[in-house]
Amino acid sequence: MTDLTNLTLAEARDGLAKGDYTSVELTEAHLKSMEAHRNLNAYITETPEKAIEMAKASDAKRAKGEAGKMEGLPIAIKDLFCTEGVQTTAASHILEGFKPEYESTVTRNLFDNGAVMLGKANLDEFAMGSSNTSSYYGNVINPWKGKDGKDLVPGGSSGGSAAAVAANMALAATGTDTGGSIRQPASYCGIVGLKPTYGRCSRWGIVAFASSLDQAGPMTKTVRDAAIMLGSMAGHDAKDSTSAPMAVPDFEAALTGDIRGMKIGIPKEYRVDGMPEEISKLWDDGVAMLRYAGAEVVDVSLPHTKYALGTYYIVAPAEASSNLARYDGLRYGQRVMDEGDSLDDMYMKSRAAGFGKEVQRRIMIGTYVLSAGYYDAYYNKALKVRRRIYEDFANAFGSVDTILAPTAPSAAFAIGENEGDPVKMYLNDVFTVPASLAGLPGLSLPTGLSSEGLPLGLQLIGKPFDEETVLRVGGVLESAANFTAKPSGLEG
Amino acid sequence: MSSLDKETVRRIAYLSRINVSEEGLSELAGDLTRILDFVEELQEVDVEGCDPLTSVADLTLPLRKDEVTDGNIQQKVLSNAPMTDAGCFVVPKVVE
Repeated sequence: MTDLTNLTLAEARDGLAKGDYTSVELTEAHLKSMEAHRNLNAYITETPEKAIEMAKASDAKRAKGEAGKMEGLPIAIKDLFCTEGVQTTAASHILEGFKPEYESTVTRNLFDNGAVMLGKANLDEFAMGSSNTSSYYGNVINPWKGKDGKDLVPGGSSGGSAAAVAANMALAATGTDTGGSIRQPASYCGIVGLKPTYGRCSRWGIVAFASSLDQAGPMTKTVRDAAIMLGSMAGHDAKDSTSAPMAVPDFEAALTGDIRGMKIGIPKEYRVDGMPEEISKLWDDGVAMLRYAGAEVVDVSLPHTKYALGTYYIVAPAEASSNLARYDGLRYGQRVMDEGDSLDDMYMKSRAAGFGKEVQRRIMIGTYVLSAGYYDAYYNKALKVRRRIYEDFANAFGSVDTILAPTAPSAAFAIGENEGDPVKMYLNDVFTVPASLAGLPGLSLPTGLSSEGLPLGLQLIGKPFDEETVLRVGGVLESAANFTAKPSGLEG
Repeated sequence: MSSLDKETVRRIAYLSRINVSEEGLSELAGDLTRILDFVEELQEVDVEGCDPLTSVADLTLPLRKDEVTDGNIQQKVLSNAPMTDAGCFVVPKVVE
């Protein structure tokens, strides 16, 4: 029998349906792979017993002819989703030991559809980061290696999810994306990542970072897999007032392979000064592939692109400072208190001990830009620029169906690089942040290798609630690029 | 406008309810100033007549009946608390 961990989600679904193997066999194969690749630190909490129990229940359900969309498929859950009775940390010390009494809507949807949870995947602390080096539970290592063999970052914040999928430690994984946290790690690890439209998936039960930006999505081996998994994750939820009261389309049916006559926009402002030659070439190659498939390529302008990062690094920390006020050492999480301490002392000690450096920085920046005297100059100004960025996209989508751009300005970098200067780290998100600010769907897929032999991704940005076009074009690009490389760091 | 001194950082740290050591204050002053310098470029954008965009969700907030739909889960609410007593969260003394 072939190694069951090499399967795509779609192949495993079909194999289970045919009875080629059981969910228990599929799950056991992945648990073995998790054990073999523990050095990558992709999981914070492994849940093998729960996985086997869920797989058995799934096999029993299938025997009764009640198979759901994700029936029997073992996946990783980013440790930002609350999972009932299973430790949920957000990769922070402050939530160490926290066991939610409820299930997030997205995981509830997946489990109701038959998915099996292998464990909780590592991430940057509170999803704040682009390298997965801010987790309290240690760095995640990218299964890919460059020529010098150094350990590389998997990207972030969904770095554990990306590494787990790339190293065959899960058929797929959930991620969340606030400024690029699904797409950038997907690009660094050579997998597919889809950030849906804001409102497509419920945010209920996901540890909040920046509520006007956070959105859950699938991280998978193929575009088809992303379509399947999104169909299970998405849907209206009365518990999230920003979740869209819309029917969930059959995303897989969008993969027709036909993009003839479609208009693909190429935003000239994304061709930034100093863009590495190989990123530029990757992009040009992608354009050529889509043109060859019959699409029409059109230049578009998104004039406020250069202000997106600045806008993001005001809006996201502002919302984070407010969201993270809930970690007060009282109701859940870590408490640090000495004899005779006041309430303020307890707050300040608990939060100093519980939050890591980057999280503290962002809370303070957010507090500052919201404070009296600075609110208008920073926060309100950023919200106005955010509207300009939103309008840029609306204008561009007046003449094109989807936009093609690189996902990230580079391939994965070495662990330790870009540390020490927060702003340098932020620049990794330059191509992903604009779509986040506008709430648009974005799909990253691997289309080429760097000179170091590392995966590079292109991203398709779509109109609001038009994941179907993004998936359709993504499917065509995937076939044309025929990206078959596998991580070199997987042996041993 | 955006070079932060130690005293300002001390005030922000207190507003954020995060204990920061003296050395920490200087390091943070540097980091936060770098970040504020970086976002300074927004000042050059013309936003005349532009309304702030607070949400991209093009929705009117839904209303529901004002009725109790949940409750009687005291144990669940308290299950993750660091300190509880008689069905309550325990906080340090706040009233003399």
